[in-house]
Amino acid sequence: MISRIYVIPKIKESHTGLFLKSWNSLISGKIKAISIIDSYLIDGDISVDQVLESAKILTNPILENFSINEIVSCVNVFDYAIEIGYLPGVTDNVGNTAKETLTDFLHLEKNSNLKVYSSKIFLVSGKVKLDDARKISLSLHNPLIERGSVLCFKEVKKERGLSLKVPEVVLEKRTPVSIVSLNVSDEELIRIGKEGIKDDRGVRRGPLALDLISMKVIQEYFNKLGRDPKDIELEALAQTWSEHCKHTIFANPIDTIKDGLYKTYIKGATNLIRKNKGDKDFCVSVFSDNSGGIIFDDDFLITHKVETHNSPSALDPFGGAITGIVGVNRDTIGFGLGAKPVANAYGFCFGNPEDERALYRDKEKKQKMFPPKRIMEGVIKGVNVGGNCSGIPTVSGFVKYDDRFRGKPLVFVGTVGLIPKKINGKPSHEKQAQVGDYIVVVGGRVGADGIHGATFSSVTMDSSSPATAVQIGDPITQKKLSDAIVKEARMMDLYSSITDNGAGGISCSIAEMAKECGGAEVDLEKVPLKYPGLQPWQIWISESQERMTLSVPKKKWEVFKKLMDSRGVEATVVGEFTNSGKCIVKYGGKIIMNIDLEFLHEGLPERPLESKFIENNFPEPKISKGTRTKILEELISNKNISGFSFISEQYDHEVQASSVLKPLSGRGRINTDAQVFRPVFSSKKGVILSSSLYPSYGDISTYHMAASALDTAVRNVIVSGGTLSELAILDNFCWCSSYDKNRLYELIEAVKACFDYSVGYGTPLISGKDSMFNDFRGFDEKGNPVAISIPPTLLISTIGVIPDFNKVVSPEFKNAGDFVYLLGETNNELGAGEYYKLLSYKNKNDAIGNNVPKVNLEKNLKTYLVLEEVIKKELINSSISITSGGFAVALAKASIGGMLGCQVSIKDIPGEILNEDQALFSESQGRILVSVAPKNVSKFEKIIKEIPNKKIGQVSKNSKLIVTDLKDKKIIDTNVNKLHTIYHSFSNKMK
Amino acid sequence: MNKIKTKFKKPKVIIMSGYGLNCEEETKFAFESVGGVAEIVHINDLIAKPKMLSEFQILAFPGGFSYGDDTGSGKAYANKMKNHLSKELEEFLSRDTLMIGICNGFQILTSLGILPGALTYNKNGKYIDRWVDLKVDGKSPWLSGIKNISLPIAHGEGRYIIDAKKYKEMSKKKEIAFTYTKGDICKYQNLEKNPNGAMYDIAGVLGYNGRVLGMMPHPERAMFFHHSPLWQNKKINGEKREEGDGILLFKNAINYFR
Repeated sequence: MISRIYVIPKIKESHTGLFLKSWNSLISGKIKAISIIDSYLIDGDISVDQVLESAKILTNPILENFSINEIVSCVNVFDYAIEIGYLPGVTDNVGNTAKETLTDFLHLEKNSNLKVYSSKIFLVSGKVKLDDARKISLSLHNPLIERGSVLCFKEVKKERGLSLKVPEVVLEKRTPVSIVSLNVSDEELIRIGKEGIKDDRGVRRGPLALDLISMKVIQEYFNKLGRDPKDIELEALAQTWSEHCKHTIFANPIDTIKDGLYKTYIKGATNLIRKNKGDKDFCVSVFSDNSGGIIFDDDFLITHKVETHNSPSALDPFGGAITGIVGVNRDTIGFGLGAKPVANAYGFCFGNPEDERALYRDKEKKQKMFPPKRIMEGVIKGVNVGGNCSGIPTVSGFVKYDDRFRGKPLVFVGTVGLIPKKINGKPSHEKQAQVGDYIVVVGGRVGADGIHGATFSSVTMDSSSPATAVQIGDPITQKKLSDAIVKEARMMDLYSSITDNGAGGISCSIAEMAKECGGAEVDLEKVPLKYPGLQPWQIWISESQERMTLSVPKKKWEVFKKLMDSRGVEATVVGEFTNSGKCIVKYGGKIIMNIDLEFLHEGLPERPLESKFIENNFPEPKISKGTRTKILEELISNKNISGFSFISEQYDHEVQASSVLKPLSGRGRINTDAQVFRPVFSSKKGVILSSSLYPSYGDISTYHMAASALDTAVRNVIVSGGTLSELAILDNFCWCSSYDKNRLYELIEAVKACFDYSVGYGTPLISGKDSMFNDFRGFDEKGNPVAISIPPTLLISTIGVIPDFNKVVSPEFKNAGDFVYLLGETNNELGAGEYYKLLSYKNKNDAIGNNVPKVNLEKNLKTYLVLEEVIKKELINSSISITSGGFAVALAKASIGGMLGCQVSIKDIPGEILNEDQALFSESQGRILVSVAPKNVSKFEKIIKEIPNKKIGQVSKNSKLIVTDLKDKKIIDTNVNKLHTIYHSFSNKMK
Repeated sequence: MNKIKTKFKKPKVIIMSGYGLNCEEETKFAFESVGGVAEIVHINDLIAKPKMLSEFQILAFPGGFSYGDDTGSGKAYANKMKNHLSKELEEFLSRDTLMIGICNGFQILTSLGILPGALTYNKNGKYIDRWVDLKVDGKSPWLSGIKNISLPIAHGEGRYIIDAKKYKEMSKKKEIAFTYTKGDICKYQNLEKNPNGAMYDIAGVLGYNGRVLGMMPHPERAMFFHHSPLWQNKKINGEKREEGDGILLFKNAINYFR
């Protein structure tokens, strides 16, 4: 029997106001009222009475009424009913919870045939036309994963309610395994590689992202075996060999760099730094595991990993972002024997939210891309739900805007983990699957969602990008899994190895773990599925979420299984680890995949890359004379500089009770550049996080872009109380058109800078990730072809251990009368900075100058060490890093944060500057603005005399912010209250 | 009712976990740091051994996201409790025990019907993490000696709903635990007092003669001095201490059994 339960709000729902506002700006008519109804379609062998009982327990009688199969008599007359539900097969978290509740309540068997499908019904009334209702429906759902239907009052009235048809998955019966002949023309090989294997209907299955050279190597391998590959074998090779998994751009030889960029410069830097540090080396596990791990104290390690989830977020902003954050959590749970996630980090690069120009993936304009604002809202919400639901504080983050991110946004997500150094007497970061161990998959079930994710993100996005590449995350399934593993099974010594199922699903995780013992044999029929009808190759490579793969010794299986059952976590044996040297997969009793591990992991042919020198030159802007007050105010209102409390305060950053330096600080609630938390209550030690990126600098020089990002991410940490000696770095390269030789040249430059500066500061790179094809190819409103590539972007994240969290310093001014000092040298380095970008935007030209900031390692190193000392001695009251927008912006932020004015002079500040603009807005690296209480001035000055510094003025009692120029004339004269309003105005609009 | 005399024993605290509750570890730390013996117990383990509840003096439903708030915050977890542990909960409440529900725990307590009213979406429809100032109105062992306190909130469904008649009755019986007020933090950061539109500015309520406390703010996230947004300012102006105000509630609970 199929029934529909409606849960109808009794009281006026306050959050409907949000919809009202946004819809009325969307449509030509006018909506007066909205009612949002929860609907549950229930399919199963349950009686009428049981349906009634079910409705009761799904309803909170104070807030809601319920109705069964009938809606019209329970609500006021409306114009349209808009129902938004999931497409068949898409994870329906609410439906799953309702099913669990009803199964428990009605005492049904766990595997009963009860199915629950949830949806939301929006009843709108006012003056609304059908076209308006359709527009609203489109704004509410993403057709790739959701369905939206619009019914007018009459239609609903006729049936007394909405349809009782359930969105069940019905998969056509297909030949389960097919053989793919590779003895075909090169053209056909290229097509197979690019568009995928032809299925039995003659339709291509989606990109393998294998080029001709790879296809030929595979052809040769199977020719040697004397047979053609089965479809699953080809799909598996495509996953394992994808750019996403193998990082071919970083691995292959390039120009004269024989060992490739990664080995030479990234790993090379870390090896050198570790050698230099000798017995002070704090790295424990770098580059070899799902996250990088460093020493926290005598008892614990901390881990960090930052991922990108750009391509999925472009297609499904909410789903892409939530699976991103929940996915990187698994990189923590998959570190060593399983670390506990203790902090999340995020970073977003969006197109301009005001930009409404349409983009399509296809010429026929059927596949419309989301505009930047919708992407922004979806991505922010995805990390909100993923982070908040998981009980992991989201402490660190940033958001940047540039027109070139409108084709593909960048979505960075990171997770910090905590793990005891030793577990059951053994080092926790070591793990090894043993021959004879069961291969166990725990967590979510497998569906057709997330197929070809790894290969899809390795290519340009266009009309062939597969819709199945997107997934919906279910943070609660993962939370249950995470708690059961990290808080219980780990200490009980129930498994010998564990890894995450991310890109490529079990095809990658099992093959990866098989390396630890030398082989694996899998029975695919045992993998639990969301619904029947999936083909074996789909099961093998599906990236359905919330799954981990473990190797469980046979004698421990029973205890393990019992524990998982009691925690509501599904655990299934799908095979056994072997030492056969092969990865064997069976289905229906037959071997359908039999590939040598050696070939699977090392068979990918080497492909030397070449780069070509490129130099960019831009005109210098014309500068107007006069006061700089207005310019400062404009910079503060710039979204790349202003506050984003609307994001920070919707992310729970205080769960786990560890917060020390929060994302928002001071009376004026400015966003902090670094955040500190305390993961172990019994320890005084803290963990500090920061990050930095300067995509626009790359227009001039990617070397200096990378150097500046690294310098800023390091400086932000020192400024707040971190130390260079316990600081590590993570790199995330997001590039575009990476086979373009000029882009490769730019890449080499950036990587070299990473080497030079990480070695210089002695801060090892411990983990990284790259995403090399952030290009969009599609069509504009008129059907003209458009290509949009992101600017080459390097995100540098830093993680450090703070010896005593009590000494942490926040960025805002604290007390009137404190003296303000500028540390470091200011030079003529306005190129591609926020000030010049503002001018170029206003003048509609590309005059961003050429003097990009260059990092003086030696001088900055000295400054940072001195700063460490004054913070250790508790001599300063505030300290802020000078970054985008330069000195004037940092000064304004410190003032806004403290809601205190200041009077300072730019006369005689250290460095080589020619005019006021350079003093105010140059983005020279290595600079810090600090305030010092009068009683500490002499001690402070004694220590800083060895570095470039200048006492520039004082924090004032009134709210005036005044800067005087070289001739003691006021060049900036404004008011902190005004600046505060400007700083928060964009954020307030977004609330 | 006779107070259980724990002459030689520290009071035992049971902290519920499972299905997405997530503040159990810091809540445990808070109780233990002031002299309790706390045990985190998964709901399925309690269902398997329901009698164990009789060994405890304090029951805490910590914050979190049980069942991801699907079908309504606290609803699914409360249904599971009701289905399996009604009798034991009743027995627990009939003794001279204490109970607390924090955030999602409060939502569970109202869904269970142990506390009156209900919690629904914040007035702006968004999840919010910030600090609030509270005025203590109620009479309860949890609140003795506290007049004003500042604590953080972090929730999407914290708007308390109660009908006028019930409200009057509760006010009279001193069962409104706290109301949002404009205090130190709101003045410091210029924030509105009531962040979620709760009726009568209610942030927490009491039941069972004040023995049961449900509250949206998180006292365990204010147990250290460094948790407070005012910490940096106070620190440089000479105030140095370890404990934050939130710990007072936990101290009160443990002291109740001394």
